Amino acid sequence: MQIVQDYYNYWICIALMMVGLYGVIAKTNLVKKAISLGLFQTGILVFYITIAKIEGGTGPVTVSPLAGEPIYSNPLPHALMLTAIVVGVSTLAVAMALIINIREKYGTIDEHDIHRMEHEMQD
Amino acid sequence: MSHETTVLLAMGVPLAGTALIVALGRWPNLRETATMITALVTFALVASLLPAVMAGQQIEAGLGLSIIPGVPIAFRVEPLGMVYALVATLLWIPNSVYAVGYMRGNQEHHQTRFFACFPVAIASAVGIAFSKNIFTMFLFYEILTFSTVPLVTHKGNSDAMRSGRVYLGVLLTSSVCLQLLAVLWIYSLYRQGDIAGIDFVRGGLFESAVSTGAVTPAVFGLLFFLYIYGLGKAAIMPMHKWLPAAMVAPTPVSAFLHAVAVVKAGVFCVVKIVVYVFGVDTLRATGQSAWLVYAAGGTILIASLIALFQDNLKKRLAYSTISQLSYVVLGAALLTPISIMAATVHIIAHAFGKITLFFAAGSVYVAAHKTQVSQLDGIGRRMPWTMGAFTIGALSMIGVPPLVGFVSKWTLLRGVTEGVALGGSRIEETFALVVIVLSTLLNAGYFLPIVYRAFFRPPSREDEHHPHGESPAPMVFALCTTAGLTVLFFVWPKAVLSLGAAVMEAAT
Amino acid sequence: MDFVHQHLPALVVALPLVTGLVTAMVGRRGAGWWIAMGSSAAVFALCAQLLANVAGGGSQSVTYLLGNWPIPYGIGLVVDPLNAAVLATVALIGCVVTLYARRSMAQEVPEDRSHFFWALWQFCQVGLLGITITGDAFNFYVLLEISSLSTYTLIAMGKGRDRRALTAAINYLVIGSIGACFYLLGVAYLYMVTGSLNMADIHARLQDIFATWGTDAPVYRKTVIAGFAFIMVGLSLKLALFPLHLWLPNAYTYAPAAVTALLASTATKVGAYGFIRVIYTVVGPDFAWRYLHSDYILMICAMMAILGGSLMAIRQVNVKKLLAYSSIGQIGYIALGIASDNVYGLQAAIIHIFNHALTKGAMFMAVGCVLYRVGGVRLEHLRGLGRKMPLTMAAFTIGGLGLIGVPMTAGFVSKWYLVGGTLERGWMGAAGVVLVGSVLALVYTWRCIESIYFGKREEGAPEVREAPLSMLVPTLLLAVASLYFGMDSRLTSDISAQAAHFLLGVRP
Repeated sequence: MQIVQDYYNYWICIALMMVGLYGVIAKTNLVKKAISLGLFQTGILVFYITIAKIEGGTGPVTVSPLAGEPIYSNPLPHALMLTAIVVGVSTLAVAMALIINIREKYGTIDEHDIHRMEHEMQD
Repeated sequence: MSHETTVLLAMGVPLAGTALIVALGRWPNLRETATMITALVTFALVASLLPAVMAGQQIEAGLGLSIIPGVPIAFRVEPLGMVYALVATLLWIPNSVYAVGYMRGNQEHHQTRFFACFPVAIASAVGIAFSKNIFTMFLFYEILTFSTVPLVTHKGNSDAMRSGRVYLGVLLTSSVCLQLLAVLWIYSLYRQGDIAGIDFVRGGLFESAVSTGAVTPAVFGLLFFLYIYGLGKAAIMPMHKWLPAAMVAPTPVSAFLHAVAVVKAGVFCVVKIVVYVFGVDTLRATGQSAWLVYAAGGTILIASLIALFQDNLKKRLAYSTISQLSYVVLGAALLTPISIMAATVHIIAHAFGKITLFFAAGSVYVAAHKTQVSQLDGIGRRMPWTMGAFTIGALSMIGVPPLVGFVSKWTLLRGVTEGVALGGSRIEETFALVVIVLSTLLNAGYFLPIVYRAFFRPPSREDEHHPHGESPAPMVFALCTTAGLTVLFFVWPKAVLSLGAAVMEAAT
Repeated sequence: MDFVHQHLPALVVALPLVTGLVTAMVGRRGAGWWIAMGSSAAVFALCAQLLANVAGGGSQSVTYLLGNWPIPYGIGLVVDPLNAAVLATVALIGCVVTLYARRSMAQEVPEDRSHFFWALWQFCQVGLLGITITGDAFNFYVLLEISSLSTYTLIAMGKGRDRRALTAAINYLVIGSIGACFYLLGVAYLYMVTGSLNMADIHARLQDIFATWGTDAPVYRKTVIAGFAFIMVGLSLKLALFPLHLWLPNAYTYAPAAVTALLASTATKVGAYGFIRVIYTVVGPDFAWRYLHSDYILMICAMMAILGGSLMAIRQVNVKKLLAYSSIGQIGYIALGIASDNVYGLQAAIIHIFNHALTKGAMFMAVGCVLYRVGGVRLEHLRGLGRKMPLTMAAFTIGGLGLIGVPMTAGFVSKWYLVGGTLERGWMGAAGVVLVGSVLALVYTWRCIESIYFGKREEGAPEVREAPLSMLVPTLLLAVASLYFGMDSRLTSDISAQAAHFLLGVRP
């Protein structure tokens, strides 16, 4: 139990990523697949944030010179994750655009149906 | 003109010839003239090197390409290579004459492509002959394979395509998977400093490496095995499948490439690597080549037996070629100076005999449209020149005096006795002796019935309604020339034997 | 000019990024191609200059500080012999394919979308060039995503011809994103233990960590191993290393012809570069190979890729898919070179990155020409095109011979080094697999060649002409280049030797 408590933030990351990965693999609905992918990415975002956080640390902003030397959390991963969020959003946007197109061309967004249709086409 | 230039020109001229032939494709007469001139000039160039080589002069040349930096494409003319180059370029002349008659007599398609591929094959044959290191040899060996594929698939029907696949499949698989591996392995031994180089040298590359243990006998033996079977053109069973398949090609291709240039490239390379890469003495000391005597002997017997049952004339000749090629391999495998000489002489003897036989077969096909042995009853009366030449070729193959085939077989027997003298009575020598005797009988068994049919059986009823005479004059001229040379070399064996002796001298 | 020289590394990435944005904004009515062409030509000139600088400056790596922020705080762009070579390859291919893409794209992408196409086209190259030049692990991820995101969209633009382009794109999107996430996760682990994102800095700090592993108190062992594993899996997905290749065949098959040519010759090559970079300059071969022994895993994957990819290629009837599977096999060659951990093997990997880019680029472009004129690329569409589109088909054939590794083509040089490297490593089996792979390549190439040169076009099939000049010239350019680098490999050998020595930290 101790290991769960001590590292609960890591467990959350793992849980998020696994749920996401499961969705990517198991869901046949393309939209659900894309959302699962987003979930997976979120897991990694949280992971980065969690490794940067120091207990009791604050943001790297000098509040008052009199307060002494405060403990800062590492700001770099936070900044990195802003970029990663942008990447994630773009990925999701591209995925959605593709799915809309697939819906137009195939009339469905279910992978099984699409596979069945493609199977009948010649190479 | 310096010798160096001559060596390079001997390959450059045929390639230029190809360009000329393609350019003149629209005017058949000019195109054929270009072929003839190229053939004559190439032969003259190669022959002009002969006196210097016989005098023991070192002739070297190089090509400025660096395909792999540090591995030069280099040439060195030595007697063994000279023999092969001479045979290939000399026989190209009658073959060109013959091909013109054949292609026109048969009204074949794509004649320009046909005539354009020949000189490339010749250039690569000369390249193999004069190669100075194993890389150069491999390079030209591969070019020879590719340049002859369009000739095999010439007809373009599904039969020809299937044969083309077998041809390319066997030759390329063996050369890439086995020969290239051996070449690279030897090269990597050289890079690690275990052996002194990858150039062909007298006594072989491994003499000191094996004696000091830098290269273990097992690795040495494995390399030898890879190399021998990597030379698929030598058609040692089970690598022989491509040769019968190649018989779908027009007869000038079968006659010249698949009785002379390509197959001799295979056995020539076998002799060359036995002598200059692995070394006769090293092989004898390690005993790693004993299996080759059996492989060659087995090929001789099995191929002869198969030939007995072939009704298709060209197929029968093809299996005969497979068996005759292994005589050369056998000569190399016996590892004595005289057996090496015998191998050399047999390269010459078989080339002249077999090309005559193929010429005759093609001549029968053009004049009478016959391809099977069983159709040949009485044909000798209608085509006396063709069948006369055929008889001479056949007798030479069997090894009957006064023909050059006898000279080579006799030398091979001398090689066997010398082997006994050198190494005590080994079981290999006994086996070789038995093989030579048996195969002579088999040779007679599959050649003489053809001669008998042609001259002593009455023509069939059906034939009388289809009168025909001899084939076109160029073909008759060509096959009489090669038959004449077969006789000449017996009358004047010094020509052949002195070359063989020079090879023996240089090799051991 | 001084400004350009000073900021060369930054310009390589910044220039196409800016022109790409400009294209998206103002690139309507045909201006898109002109901007893209100008930008890629300029980038090629810049990359050539970088390569010349590196080649002249000895085996040094030069770091460019973005915004003058000192390493490891800012992002550094690094130019060393390895990535200068890859940059030049990517830029060269980008330039040639852009030239080609004008006509082929006009046929496949609606005109009102063309400016987006050209913008994405340039962003894709921004990503690829950026991945290659960056010295920062996180920046690598961002650029990886830039190239991937534009690639997904470019592939999807093939929907006009075949709707399967869309599903191929989304498949690639899902797999590619997971791969990128894995990479990101791996970087997080390394960041946890080193506190740095700069590759060189990570390397230096890891050495201190590795030093403790031999003692009783090893630190961060599991973290480093897990991070390395995640990065490798992520990059393998991008590289399409067997068995993570599943996205590749459909993506290549249904993407517009020019996009396929670009991806096949650059995207996977950059993935391979990432592999080399991470293994040799971030974690170091001592950790990856000699501590974890992951070279054996890579070797096994590579061997499976060679055999699996080639065997799948043999079964295809769609030539684009056939070539896609062949690419999977060729990636195996590169991976095997990386795994063999010696100068020769690494040289093989680097040379093959370049040679295969030329070869496959030429082939995919030739196939694109067929698609443009004939409208389909199944084997039956190729029949008889040897006469109708002789130059295009010559380029295709040269490429095919290169895949087999016939001497005098670039593929042979790669194969020579690769087999040399594996033999030096003592991996006999792998050397054998490489050679067997050549034979398999012969089988699938030969199927195409038979159709092209010996097949007959159907009666009444519409007349086809040679491809338009603007497509033909770039295709032939790459084909001729692949011949040239097969005959004179001094340039590629020298540069790759320099890079390999640099990576292994040995003096030449």
